[in-house]
Amino acid sequence: MSQRFVSHAQAASQFLTDEARTDWHDETLWFVRQKRDKAAHALPEWEALRELASGIKDHALSELSTYLTQFEQNALANGIQVHWAATAAEHNQIVLHIIRQQTGPAPPRVVKSKSMLTEECHLNEFLTKQGVEVVDTDLGERIVQLRQEPPSHIVLPAIHLKKADVSATFQQHLGTEAGNEDPQYLTEAARHHLREKFVSASIAITGVNFAIAETGGFVVCTNEGNADLGVHLADVHIACLGIEKVIPRQEHLGVFLRLLARSATGQPITTYSSHFVRPRAGQVIHVILVDNGRSTQLGRPEFRNSLKCIRCGACFNTCPVYRRSGGHSYHNAVAGPIGSILAPNLDMRRNADLPFASTLCGSCTNVCPVKINIHEQLWHWRQTLTAEGLAPPAKTVAMKGMAWVLGHPTVYRLSGRIGRWVMQHVPVLVNNRLNPWYKGRDMPSPPAQSFGEWYDKNRSRV
Amino acid sequence: MMRVALFVPCYVDQFYPAVAIATLGLLEQLGCQVVVPRNQTCCGQPMANSGFARAAASCDQNFRQNFGEFDHIVCPSGSCVLHVREHNPLLTGQIWELCEFLTDVLQVRALPHRSARPLRIGIHQSCHGQRGLRLSSMSERNEPYFSKMETLLRLVDGINITTPARPDECCGFGGTFCVTQEALSVKMGKDRLAQHQANQVDYIVGGDMSCLMHLEGILRRQQSPIQVRHVAQLLVDHAL
Repeated sequence: MSQRFVSHAQAASQFLTDEARTDWHDETLWFVRQKRDKAAHALPEWEALRELASGIKDHALSELSTYLTQFEQNALANGIQVHWAATAAEHNQIVLHIIRQQTGPAPPRVVKSKSMLTEECHLNEFLTKQGVEVVDTDLGERIVQLRQEPPSHIVLPAIHLKKADVSATFQQHLGTEAGNEDPQYLTEAARHHLREKFVSASIAITGVNFAIAETGGFVVCTNEGNADLGVHLADVHIACLGIEKVIPRQEHLGVFLRLLARSATGQPITTYSSHFVRPRAGQVIHVILVDNGRSTQLGRPEFRNSLKCIRCGACFNTCPVYRRSGGHSYHNAVAGPIGSILAPNLDMRRNADLPFASTLCGSCTNVCPVKINIHEQLWHWRQTLTAEGLAPPAKTVAMKGMAWVLGHPTVYRLSGRIGRWVMQHVPVLVNNRLNPWYKGRDMPSPPAQSFGEWYDKNRSRV
Repeated sequence: MMRVALFVPCYVDQFYPAVAIATLGLLEQLGCQVVVPRNQTCCGQPMANSGFARAAASCDQNFRQNFGEFDHIVCPSGSCVLHVREHNPLLTGQIWELCEFLTDVLQVRALPHRSARPLRIGIHQSCHGQRGLRLSSMSERNEPYFSKMETLLRLVDGINITTPARPDECCGFGGTFCVTQEALSVKMGKDRLAQHQANQVDYIVGGDMSCLMHLEGILRRQQSPIQVRHVAQLLVDHAL
C-alpha cells in the first residue's frame, strides 16, 4: 500500500487536481448526507434519540469493565468461545491460531464480511503473508481488495471509484467484458464470483456492530446479507469486536439500530440486522475482544467519548474537507473527522496532521448520532500534538512570534501600519508565489488607516 | 443608556475599518454608549486553533486588561466571540456577537428609515456563529428554522434574501487552514460562491469578515462583480 508518507494536505491537493472528479465525489457524498437529513428529519424524536444513545454509550464506557465481563460470562454460557486481544498483533495471532486449529494442513478458505476493526488491525495483509487467502464479501470491500487498496469510507468502501473503474477492475480480475459498465452486469459477475467463495469457505470472519452484555449475544448489520451467508455456510464464525461496542441491555439495541442506518445512508434500518447468540449444532463461534489502544483513549478525558462511535460514517458524508479530499488522504483505516480524532491515539507522530485537516466547522458534531463532540476533540488534539512537539518548527516560531506581537498593543499597531504600507507600496512582497493565500485568491486591499487610527482622529478616546 | 465596549477583531481593524465604523455607528444609533478600549488587539484564536492556545495567554491577558471593567462586550465577529467565550479563562462580563446582541439584549424589533436600493443578497452564515453560537438553526439538526441575522435584515426595506443550495456549508476559510490547506480552502470557497452565483446575488452578507475576506479574495481573482458586506453595513443608517 502506501510506501512513502504523504500528508493529508499533500494528498488533498493531489486529489483536487482532477476538479471534475472531485466535484463528482463531493456531490455523491452530499447526496448521501441529504438522504440522511430526510430520514433524520422525518423522526420528531430524532434529537431525543441522539441524546438517549449518547447517554447509554457514556454509561457503558463508564462501566466498561463490568459490561465486558458480563458479556464474556453470558457469551461463554451460550457456548461461544471468548478471546481477549490487547493489540492488533495479538488479535491477528488469535485469528491465525483459530484458522490453523480448524483446518490443519489443508489450505484454509476464509470469507470475511465488512469489519473496520480488521482493517484497523491490517488482518488481510497479515493472513496473506501467512498463506491464508481471505476474501472480502462486501461488494465495495471486494472491489478495493481486488485493487489492493484500503477502503476510502467506513460504510461505502469503494465510494471513490466510478463505474468505469469497477469495470476495469472486474475485467482484469473476474474476466468481465472490457468496457461494459452496466451496474447490473457487473454486480451479477461479482455475485457469481462471490457465491463460489461462500460455498467453499470453511471459516467466516465478521465484525460486530453491537455486543449485548445482558445476553452475551451480538449483532452484525449489513445491507448485502453477506455476513449471514458466510456465517451460515461455514463451520467456524470468528467475530472481531472492539471493546467499545458493548451495550448494557437488549432493549438499548433499538435506539442504536434506529440511528445507525438513518445516519449512514438514510435507510430506516439496514437490510439485515443479524443476531448471533449461540452456535448452531456443529458450528463454533469465537469472539475476539480487541483493545488496541481503546483503554488508552478511555483514559484521556478530552478524547474518551470518541469511543461512543457506532461507525455510521455520517461525519464523513457531511465533512466538506472529506468530500473534497477523499478517504485515502487520511492515511488511516478510519478516515474522515472521526478517524482524525481516533488516529492520533494509535500513533501521534504519524497522524499529527489529521486534526488539522478540518476548518472546525462543527457539522460532524451535529450529525453524529451519539453526539461525539468531534470538532472540539480536533481542537484538543491540536493542543496535545503541539505540546508533544509535533508541530512543524516553522509553525511553532510563527505562532510564538504572532502571539508576542498581538500581546503588545504598541507593537501590534506598528506592525499593522508597516504591513499595510508594504501591501500598498510594494505589493510584490505579498502578491507572489511564496504566499499560499495569493495562489488562488487576491489579497484584501489595504485601507489607508486602520479603525484604531480612524477612531483616534475622529473620536475622543476614553 | 446601555454602556458597551466594542471589540474590533484585529483583521477588521487593519483591513476592514469600514465594518468597525458601521458597527460603532449602528450601536450608537440604537442608543448605546460605546467605548472603544485603545489597547485591544486580538482574541487569540489564530494561535489557539493552530494548537498554541498556551501561547495565546498574552492575548487573554491583554483582553482582560482592556475589557475587564465592562458588563457587555460587543464584537462584529461570531468566530472571535466563540473563541473568547469558550477559551479565554480570564473573561469577565458577557461578550456578544453583534446580531445576537441586537436581537437578544437590545431586542431590536424595528429599524426605522433603513432602506437599501433593491438588492439581492445571499447570507453567509459563519460556522462558528451558526453552530458555535447558535445564531441560526442548522440543517444537521431536527429543529425549527430561525436566523438572527435574517430576522434583522428583514427589517431593512429593499433587501431580497436568497438561500444558497447548501444553506450552511463551510466556506473553507478555517483560520490557518486557509494557507496550510490552500488548495482545499480555495476549492471550498469556489463551491460556496457557485451556490451564491447561481442565485445571482449582488452582495454576500455575513457576520464574519474572515470568511468574507476569503470569499472576496476568490471573487476578485474571478473578476466577479459580486461584493461582500458585513451585516452591520446593511443595518446601519447611512443617513445619520
